[in-house]
Amino acid sequence: MTSDLLTDTAAGLAARMAAREVSAREVVDAHLDRIEATDGDGTSDTDVHAFLTVVADTARRHADDVDQRRVTGRDLGPLAGVPLALKDLFTMRGAPTTVGSRILEGWVPPYDATVTEKLRAADVIVLGKTNMDEFAMGSSTENSAYGPTRNPWDLGRVPGGSSGGSAAAVAALQAPLSLGTDTGGSIRQPAALCGLVGSKPTYGAVSRYGMVAFASSLDQAGPFARSVTDAALLQSVIQGHDPRDSTSIDPVRVGRDLPDLLADLDAGVEGLTIGVVTELQGEGYEPGVLAAFEDSLRRFEALGATVVEASIPHASYGLPAYYLVAPSEASSNLARFDGVRYGLRVDAPTAEEMNAATRGAGFGPEVRRRIMIGTHALSSGYYDAFYNQASRVRRLIANDFATAFEQVDVLVSPTSPSVAFPLGDKTDDPLAMYLNDVATVPASLAGVPAVSVPNGRGAEGLPTGLQVMGPLLGDDRCFRVARALEADLGLDPVPSGANAVAPA
Amino acid sequence: MVTTVKEGWELVVGLEVHVELVTTTKMWCGCLTHFGEEPNTNICPVCTGQPGSLPVVNGAAVRAAALIGLAINCSVNETSQFHRKNYFYPDLVKNYQISQYDVPICSEGHLELEVEGSPVTVGIERLHMEEDTGKSTHLGGSGRLHGADTSLIDYNRAGVPLMEVVSHPDIHDAETAQAYVRELQGIVETLGVSDARMDQGSMRVDANVSVRRPGEPLGIRTEIKNLNSVRSLGRAIAYEAQRQIEVLEDGGEIVMQTRHWDESTGRTETLRVKETVTDYRYFPDPDLVPVHCPADWVDEIRAELPELPAAARARLTDAGVDEAQAAALVGTSGMLAAFDEAVATGADPRTVANWLVGDVAGQLSTAEVDFADSGITGAHVGQLVALVDDGTLSNNLAKQVVEHLVADRGSRSPAVVAQEEGLQQVSDTDELQAIVDRVVADNPDTVATIRDGNTKAIGALVGQVMKETRGQADPRATNELLRAAITP
Repeated sequence: MTSDLLTDTAAGLAARMAAREVSAREVVDAHLDRIEATDGDGTSDTDVHAFLTVVADTARRHADDVDQRRVTGRDLGPLAGVPLALKDLFTMRGAPTTVGSRILEGWVPPYDATVTEKLRAADVIVLGKTNMDEFAMGSSTENSAYGPTRNPWDLGRVPGGSSGGSAAAVAALQAPLSLGTDTGGSIRQPAALCGLVGSKPTYGAVSRYGMVAFASSLDQAGPFARSVTDAALLQSVIQGHDPRDSTSIDPVRVGRDLPDLLADLDAGVEGLTIGVVTELQGEGYEPGVLAAFEDSLRRFEALGATVVEASIPHASYGLPAYYLVAPSEASSNLARFDGVRYGLRVDAPTAEEMNAATRGAGFGPEVRRRIMIGTHALSSGYYDAFYNQASRVRRLIANDFATAFEQVDVLVSPTSPSVAFPLGDKTDDPLAMYLNDVATVPASLAGVPAVSVPNGRGAEGLPTGLQVMGPLLGDDRCFRVARALEADLGLDPVPSGANAVAPA
Repeated sequence: MVTTVKEGWELVVGLEVHVELVTTTKMWCGCLTHFGEEPNTNICPVCTGQPGSLPVVNGAAVRAAALIGLAINCSVNETSQFHRKNYFYPDLVKNYQISQYDVPICSEGHLELEVEGSPVTVGIERLHMEEDTGKSTHLGGSGRLHGADTSLIDYNRAGVPLMEVVSHPDIHDAETAQAYVRELQGIVETLGVSDARMDQGSMRVDANVSVRRPGEPLGIRTEIKNLNSVRSLGRAIAYEAQRQIEVLEDGGEIVMQTRHWDESTGRTETLRVKETVTDYRYFPDPDLVPVHCPADWVDEIRAELPELPAAARARLTDAGVDEAQAAALVGTSGMLAAFDEAVATGADPRTVANWLVGDVAGQLSTAEVDFADSGITGAHVGQLVALVDDGTLSNNLAKQVVEHLVADRGSRSPAVVAQEEGLQQVSDTDELQAIVDRVVADNPDTVATIRDGNTKAIGALVGQVMKETRGQADPRATNELLRAAITP
């Protein structure tokens, strides 16, 4: 019974709870037990260490409340009672939010993120806050100030990042759903490395209010799940216009509703034109990754889609542009962590010295590196060559996507150039780490939606992912194409292998 | 004549005026803008810069900015953008200020001023929107951040909407600078978008001052802060110009710096030297979308502009009021409305202007009361003029009535004051005749002198009658009765 609760999908659990076959409390308890059994505190090399904070009592109370309301026959949402792991970057009252950093140690936010409010309104039960690369800067979760998270498929490897904790929690069966954030690939890449579905919605589809900012013009919240349907269900819960976020899409203003992610989910790919991005394959991609990708393309054709070559001509400039725009915004966004109002304060004789001491002690090396890069890129005399030039590249890439979508319905590429790599493999080489994002940053820069879906096994039998990119507000189309591949492949999302997390 | 700087030198001044807007809520959140509340009560996650919070533009502030822009003859840009100005300071919650940079909401306008009777035009480079900072209180040490034992920060003011109006360096004397600020004050007050009180900080003026030999390029400028009144502005500019000229004539150099005006010593002092230009690393704020002010919206706003000070002055002079009085009526808070109200009662515009700008303003100034706080209304002035016109009050008595109006803040109307204080003119002929007869009888010598042809001596007798009536006698009637009594 218990293992069955852990491996079931969110949709499956929701249906069983609605039919009163199982209570929300039982579902929540099973997952809390699983966390207890597998997560540890990161000190052992068998600890998944997906969570930084577990809010067991709050979760149980919420579950009891859902059960009670169900008894009274109240109409509950489609995910009511389903547990979820929340990246430790969304504010939630009553629990610390650290963003994986020492600088926010001890900070309990005085308000809820819009996403947190929407989860509560939908009666999705938050189990806790998950580990991440500090301030979402990283691709392996090794930049967390609280120790790395391990990949449930191979505990000696990274889960990807920056939302590695959220990905690992779902892969390790600690939660059927989780939320991450994606700035340059921070949902899609860990989804691929952990054998999960992960979605970065159209920029502006999900409110950023209450998400601690890394790069405001790129940050988007999105779901992790073990099925495309679950991911679409969760994204349906969190998307929507928010008057507290000026960059959130207002259907009234754009004259168009946010997409219905479920209506055509199972419509298949017959008749669709799928564009293969020429620039996002080949050199730099592992053979196993490319083999899985080729296999996916053959499956799409067999399912009735037309597969064509497509080009994002400026895609190769995506990575350098991204690594200027994102640090520039970060250098300003992270200025507020100065020891004056919240979090860490290292006392010193003057305000200026206190700021410097606090920031020096509170930020890890990768965060400091990006603040310095960003500060430099925005400096007088360098602004045009760096920040401005990168912004121009960004516009070109957005135009490339718009042009491509005149010919094709979706674009596809491998999500990550490699499968999960061993812990410590790239920590001394920031550039090697940045290359993990090569396939994911173009969609981020263009603001278009992209879903990563498991598409096979690469080296060492580790999961690989396929990225489906759609036009602005074409999130539904991405899910539909991902769902077709998922159904055709029939992969088991439960980790297996010699070094995998213990079975449920 | 305006005061000039020393022969052979030219003064160049540009002004940056910050205006705090009286919107109900702050620039980016729903917190109230109320002044004078307990510290840190009007705050929320947004205006205290909590991680994850986001700004949303206050539409009322955008509207107010566009109104001011149109009133100072600027164009309202169809699209403008918010930028981040990055610098560290403890009362700046995000360690960047959201401001506007290369595309402000309003560009290129001007103000037409009257300075000492001559028309002067001062160009305006831009008007942009930004947010105010928190307020620091430093305990111990010098009272400044540096050397303080403890610093307390009140974030009630953080995020209050500010407008900054930047003039071109078109100002060449202190009087023009003062007239410019007064005009701007009058405009924002007329528009009802700010209190524009320099003493309370709701209007803050920084003066960029430099001097040069005529025809030469602009000299190195200093920026003067802490100007708490229009008068301080004039004094500070005059002082700073003289200081710079002395430095240059002694072969020295002006150092680019910020200087602090000290009202008590009448001097400017170095606050900080700007050895390098601060690099604020401006970039477009990715949390905010561009501000759109479509042409039809701008037209709507333009149609709602009330009568502005320049137009009001023109209307007054057309009605026969002299230019200086028109300027005073328009430039004194509340006075134009009182003028219009008084004239609406049927009083002659010139007479109303005389009373308001003359006795009323004069006595209020002596009593150090602002007209706006005086309680004196247009209806009061209209009634005062009517009482003079119908002979109830002489000019002298009317002046005494004004004294009472000032003293008791307009709590009684002029008619009531005249009655209760016994200030009505004695024009009752029988009563006056009796006094005249007595004065004539008591002063036979004077009467004789007059009869001998020295008619001027009648003044002495008028004085006697006035004395007897405590000034309440109608002078014209007294004269006539005396002549009749003396004429054999």
